[in-house]
Amino acid sequence: MKSSVIVFPGSNCDRDIAVALEKMQFKNQMVWHKDTKLPKSDLIVVPGGFSYGDYLRSGAIAGKSLIIDEVIKAANSGCLVLGICNGFQILTETGLLKGTLLRNKNLKFINKDVQIKVLNNETKFTNKYKKDQILKINIAHNEGNFFTDTKHLDELKKENLIAFKYCDENGNGNQEANPNGSLENIAGILNDKKNILGMMPHPERMVDDIISNKDGINLFSSLLN
Amino acid sequence: MKITDQIVDKHGLKPEEYQSIKKLLKREPNLLELGIFSAMWNEHCSYKSSRIHLKKLPTKGKQVIQGPGENAGVIDIGDDDAIVFKIESHNHPSYIEPYQGAATGVGGILRDVFTMGARPIALLNSIHFGDPKHPKTKSLLNGVVSGIGGYGNCIGIPTVAGETKFNETYNENILVNAMAVGHAKKNKIFYSKAKGLNKSVVYVGSKTGRDGIHGASMASAEFDENSEEKKPTVQVGDPFTEKLLMEACLELMKDNSIISIQDMGAAGLTSSSVEMASKGSLGLELELDKVPCREDNMTPYEMMLSESQERMLIILEDGKEKKAKKIFDKWDLDFVVIGKTTNTNKLSLKFNNKVVGEIPIEALASKAPIYSRKWIKKKPRKNTIELKNLKKIKIEDALIKILSSPNHSNKTWITNQYDQMVMCDTVQRSGSDAAIIRIHNKDKAIAVSVDSSANYCKSYPLTGGKQIVCENWRNLITVGAKPLAITNCLNFGNPENQEVMGEFAECLEGIKQACEFLNYPVVSGNVSFYNGTNKKNIYPTPVIGGVGLIKKLSKPLNHSFKEANSSLLLIGKTFGHLEQSCFLKENYSIDEGMPPEINLLNEKNNGENLLKLIDKNLILSSHDVSSGGLITALSEMSIASGYGAKIFKPKKLTNLIKYLFGEDQARYIIEIKKNNSTKVEKILKDNDIYYENIGYTQRNFFEIESELKINVKDLFKINNEWYNTY
Repeated sequence: MKSSVIVFPGSNCDRDIAVALEKMQFKNQMVWHKDTKLPKSDLIVVPGGFSYGDYLRSGAIAGKSLIIDEVIKAANSGCLVLGICNGFQILTETGLLKGTLLRNKNLKFINKDVQIKVLNNETKFTNKYKKDQILKINIAHNEGNFFTDTKHLDELKKENLIAFKYCDENGNGNQEANPNGSLENIAGILNDKKNILGMMPHPERMVDDIISNKDGINLFSSLLN
Repeated sequence: MKITDQIVDKHGLKPEEYQSIKKLLKREPNLLELGIFSAMWNEHCSYKSSRIHLKKLPTKGKQVIQGPGENAGVIDIGDDDAIVFKIESHNHPSYIEPYQGAATGVGGILRDVFTMGARPIALLNSIHFGDPKHPKTKSLLNGVVSGIGGYGNCIGIPTVAGETKFNETYNENILVNAMAVGHAKKNKIFYSKAKGLNKSVVYVGSKTGRDGIHGASMASAEFDENSEEKKPTVQVGDPFTEKLLMEACLELMKDNSIISIQDMGAAGLTSSSVEMASKGSLGLELELDKVPCREDNMTPYEMMLSESQERMLIILEDGKEKKAKKIFDKWDLDFVVIGKTTNTNKLSLKFNNKVVGEIPIEALASKAPIYSRKWIKKKPRKNTIELKNLKKIKIEDALIKILSSPNHSNKTWITNQYDQMVMCDTVQRSGSDAAIIRIHNKDKAIAVSVDSSANYCKSYPLTGGKQIVCENWRNLITVGAKPLAITNCLNFGNPENQEVMGEFAECLEGIKQACEFLNYPVVSGNVSFYNGTNKKNIYPTPVIGGVGLIKKLSKPLNHSFKEANSSLLLIGKTFGHLEQSCFLKENYSIDEGMPPEINLLNEKNNGENLLKLIDKNLILSSHDVSSGGLITALSEMSIASGYGAKIFKPKKLTNLIKYLFGEDQARYIIEIKKNNSTKVEKILKDNDIYYENIGYTQRNFFEIESELKINVKDLFKINNEWYNTY
């Protein structure tokens, strides 16, 4: 499977995701933000970091960059797109995903391992997980507080477009288990065609037992499935 | 403009220093030249008060590739790998403007590391604040923590370890020390020494603004009630640009274009150009019209003294300009040839085709003043504390007091604000004795830790100096690393005060003795004097940052108990030293007497033999015993794991308080499987290591035989409460 990782100035999880993809036998290429052509890819990853410094709204400038038009075109023609952390923020800026990521409720950057629950395991990204499986995954963000309007929220629920929710060890999605104030504990969502996934937690950080755990591996093996 | 006494004074130069300047120039300087002298001759850049003492530190060893004097120290970790690291203070700017001060402290130390060709792989910090009840402490703490996180998180380098301490001595002068660690190829280290004539001098990175002018001079003076007015001397950080600069520099470093490279840190363009020229015994000619400026009508004076961040000076090989420029264009950074190397041995500055300043390089570097300041020896404080004269206290209450105190409370509310995982090589995150970082794509790792003990250093600097080196050494050992070398950040008061200078001299003597004995050389560092306000000096606070090597990374070792019913051994002798202890300070507000003695021989033997046990895979968890004594260390192991422990009553030392809270050095707690006991005890006995069987781990309860029994969950709560109510 061929993957492309988009590199913006200020991306800083680009190497991490490339290492994870290569470990999982993807044929990966890095694509520079000033490029105007995407190599042929089955998967496009928009990685974490602080694109263009994120001095404006997170992801706002990346959402208008040269390469992003190509990402939008590819996504609209059905290519798989995964946005992690800043990548999720960027995807909401492009309109490929609806909703937005507000500042964390406590107004602080948060880095820690949290539990998330797989709500939909019938997607290209999650088919190797069990339904309601609880994963321990690292988050690292300042703006991860997902928010959207009621109409979109209803659609997310009705169409089964919520991929992951924050939860406690027993899978309960209560407020104590919600690290950043996200609406209904939402940690990751899909578009209506389910070829685009945006998520705040970092699966690429969870592919190696000596560093953390392997809870992120199945996201990549789902894509290979 | 005529240089008056007042102008000289405003530049932080003493009248006699001004006389020397005139003698060296054989004329009066103009204002630009005076500014340059002030930037180079201040304490921060010249090390004029510390130099004669620093010379005594051991800086050599088989493991050392580059000792002090470069942007950072470099050590050999085997194969073709080198580790580049340094710690630096940003105390004064952080007190004036906590967010930017701390952020640019991180940015500055990162540049020191990647300037040498290393990709930064870890950040650490040691931050000291005043009394939590002091009205300024809370906002300073918030600002500093956000600043450290803001910079490190954005540039994408994990902040993996650190210490946060509170003491009223820092009420009006906080300490912010940042350490960066990088990885480089051994044969690809870049230095600042200029070589060759007529080589292009290139300015890269951010544009020059009016921020930070005279920052280094500001950091070389005490604060007074007008400190707020110094805000414009604080620089503003831009981690995004630094990320670009880092990537561009590392890309350019892949081939052989660079002769020498130096970051523009304190005293900006002035110190970077003088440094390069002086090391290469060359002259430099700069055309200041070409300096990329952020603001209109900047004068040569402002350009030379600006401390705008994220800038570098590079001397390139002939014919490499075009290729190098292409890289910097790709990253949207300025790249301008602003001058050349000359054989004049002078710094010549041109502006609008006129020479506006010309100073012999040696006048700014080797001829800068060096002071052998007077100092007085600290008298040993012989008084001892008799427990029987103090109000009786229950062990449980004393322990709770310590675990819930600001200094011993759990600090995850700070470390959770730092990205510790980015780069995906953090094996052990903060919270343990040391952090562990894997070398990318290899199965070896380094361990890193920063430590300080200001109370010990205040009460008896010689012992205090030894103690911090030993504690730092122990912290690396407990995670299974062989300690290799240190960097030090020496935070002291006003060096013109003989008592302060004595603290400095004696702390350094202590550091020297410990480093020599442990073969633990100093490879880089920084001195920060004039920490104080209105003649009130801070406690002497040397901070030690150590790096150790884990040759073969298997399961990382930390201080968290691993299972129930394993044996607990205490390595090292317990004498029950309570003077200067956390027990007396937290429970009785007593900080009298001497710090615990350091026996370097015991330190070395105990540490090296523990490493042997670790290498043989016999240790489940280990922790060094430091502030708060045995009971605090055991509680920390419980809290980290959720397992409890049952500790026997001591057979020898009868006073339980002394046994549990004494801060005797060279001690470690180790957890071992019961069926390994014989093996472990044999090795310890064979090597003449003193140890005691102190108890065993168990589920749920932390227990001292017939004295105390607490649920571990409660201990956890006690340890995590303070911040929630702060």
